[in-house]
This record gives sequence, C-alpha cells and structure tokens, in this order.
Amino acid sequence: MEIASAPPVSPRAVRGALVALGVGILLLAVGWYQGLFVAPPEHYMGEVQRIMYVHVPTAWNAMLALSFAFLSALAFLWKNDWRWDARLEAAVEMGVLLSFLLCVQGAIWAKPTWGVWWDWDPRLTTTAVMLVAFVGILALRHLVDDPRKRAVWSSVATVISYASVPIVYFSVRWWNSLHQVQSTPQTVDSAMVTPLRINAFGMLFVLIAFVTLRSQIARRRLAAELAPPPAASTALAAGGER
Amino acid sequence: MSTETRRTRIFAVAALAIAGAAFALIAVGGLGENLVYYWGPTELREAGDRAIGATIRLGGQVVPGTIQFDPKTTHLSFEVTDGRERVPVRSVGVPPQMFREGIGVIVEGTMTREGHFASERLMVSHGNEYRAPKEGERVDVEALIRNADSPAEAR
Repeated sequence: MEIASAPPVSPRAVRGALVALGVGILLLAVGWYQGLFVAPPEHYMGEVQRIMYVHVPTAWNAMLALSFAFLSALAFLWKNDWRWDARLEAAVEMGVLLSFLLCVQGAIWAKPTWGVWWDWDPRLTTTAVMLVAFVGILALRHLVDDPRKRAVWSSVATVISYASVPIVYFSVRWWNSLHQVQSTPQTVDSAMVTPLRINAFGMLFVLIAFVTLRSQIARRRLAAELAPPPAASTALAAGGER
Repeated sequence: MSTETRRTRIFAVAALAIAGAAFALIAVGGLGENLVYYWGPTELREAGDRAIGATIRLGGQVVPGTIQFDPKTTHLSFEVTDGRERVPVRSVGVPPQMFREGIGVIVEGTMTREGHFASERLMVSHGNEYRAPKEGERVDVEALIRNADSPAEAR
C-alpha cells in the first residue's frame, strides 16, 4: 500500500545539504564581518543596532521554515507520502528554534533601546502565541507513538497553527505596537542593506541544509517504525530499537 | 484514491478552513478595535475621569522643549502629544538612553487628579528607520554606554 512504504534515506540529499551548509556558513562569515565592521553604526542606537543583522534574517527564516512546515503538512494530507511527514518534522523544529532565537535576540535589542526586555505588545504577544503553538506540535509528535496518527494529527495541527504566522507579520500594522513596523530598503541606509541581505541568504542556506538533514533523520525513524514485523529469528536483534 | 487518502484530504480542507477563518476573524473581524495596546493623548482626554486611578498605557511623541530631568532625584517630566492633544507625564527613574525630544514613548501608569499622568514604566519606541551618522558626525559609543546607567549627562 502506498501509505505504508517508508521513504529511503537519500545520500544525494545529504551531500546537497552539506554543500548548502558550506555555502551558508561562507555567506554568514561575510555578512557578519560586514555587519560588525563595515556597516556604519546607527545614528541614534549606535553599535547596539548591529543586532539587526541577525534579528531580521532570523525573523524571515523563521517564517520561511514555518511556511514550509505548513506546505509539508498540506502535502502529507493530500498525497499521504511519508516524505512530507519527515519534512514537516524538520521544518517545525527549525521554525521553533528560529522563533525562540528571534525572541532572545529581540529582548537583547529591546533592553538598551526600548528600556525593557519584554512587553506584551501586539507583535511580541502574537509571536509568543506562535511559538507556543508550534512547541505544542513538537510535543504532540513526541507523545504519539503511532506514526500514522502522529503524522495526520500533527499535520492538521500545523495547518491550523499556521494562521498565527501572518498574524505575527501584520500585527505591527493592525494594532498600535511598541515594535516598529517592517523596514523597507528606503528606510534603511544602503550601507546597512548589504550585510542584511547577505546574512538573510546565509541563514536561508543553513536552514535548507538543516531541514534536509533533519528530515533524513526523520526518514530513518520512519523506516524503523514502518518496517514489517520482524521474523522470529530477528525479533531479538530489532527489539528495543525505535 | 484510497479511502485513507480521501479521509486525510478532508482533514486538509477542514484544517485550512479553520486556519482561514481564524485569520479572517482577527484580520477583518471586530477584534482589531477591541485589542488596544495603548491610548493616545486624545483618547486619554476623552476618557476624562475614568482614566483616573485606572492602569493605562499612554503612547505618543515627546514634545520638544518639555523634558525636565533632575539627576539628583531622577524626577523626570515631559509632555506627550499625538499632534492634537498634550498630556504632561511625570515619572521617577532613569529613562532609557534612546529617550529624547520628538521620539515615541509608551508610558504605563495612571492619570492623577492633579492633571498629569503618573508613569511607573517608561518605554521608548523607535521607528523603522536606520540611518548612518551624518557626514563628519561621530557616534560617541562610550557616552551611550555610560548614559545607559547614569543619564545625568544624557542629552
């Protein structure tokens, strides 16, 4: 049956991911150097504004990761292809990690500029809700042992939770917020745009690499879970491994 | 198409519908008006006596020329405006280093009978603009760091 077959681990995908990881690290090295040493300090915020070069790319990539999780969830429900379940697991994990880093970086930037680490303004509150929702999906995946139920339930939960992502994006426009609205290339000095873009692409390559590698790990687990019950002679050897 | 696939496709459509409805409810529903993070000076004035004693966030711009800071007692007073109304604000404590004339602030506290807003928490909001220092201008990094702790000589 189509839905019972586990996807094989792909050595080509692993090689591709390692290349992407290398490219990403290279880009980040250039972007960080430019952001720290080449770009000018900000007129009012001074050196502390340099955290923008990681904060903004983190936000973009967190949204990309969660968007890919959303598409993976829909694709799994539509096609019943286990590869999409593996990608979902990888993308949600990366989305949660990046969203968490986003909040930490934001707090570090907020203290010297806003004067507080955190406040329940619309942007920060919706981001916290988004983070909690996707942490919940990771918890759900951890708690459900049946791979079939795990895949279906977490896909449904991911599609529903994804509503929070555009809400986070638009929160600064819909409501009065402590957090400023999105910058555009017109509101950011051109010398600051270059490192921002380089870092954004660097993080994107690292993200692609991590999602690929993590989904290959998820495939391995699926292969073990979906394997037909071992014959009596091999039952002992396979037992306990999950 | 297997019955299992048909079942999960129905799930996909249902989940999308729930997500879309939730998003639409918040985007175009009445939630926007009911979710207020801060009031402007005009809204605070309109509330009249109801603002006295209630915990309120007030947001607006610092009116140039109204900042008074006593470094000894750390008593700070300034006026906040939205372009129409002005509200005098008083607080105790060191303002964040970004605090200056014309910048956006959000203060948390309450309106007093004396007619000023007593702030217990002062937050500075900055816009979405990031500019390099002007030609020949140097950002005094050490002063910024120093001012973060002792604003006595800040601006």
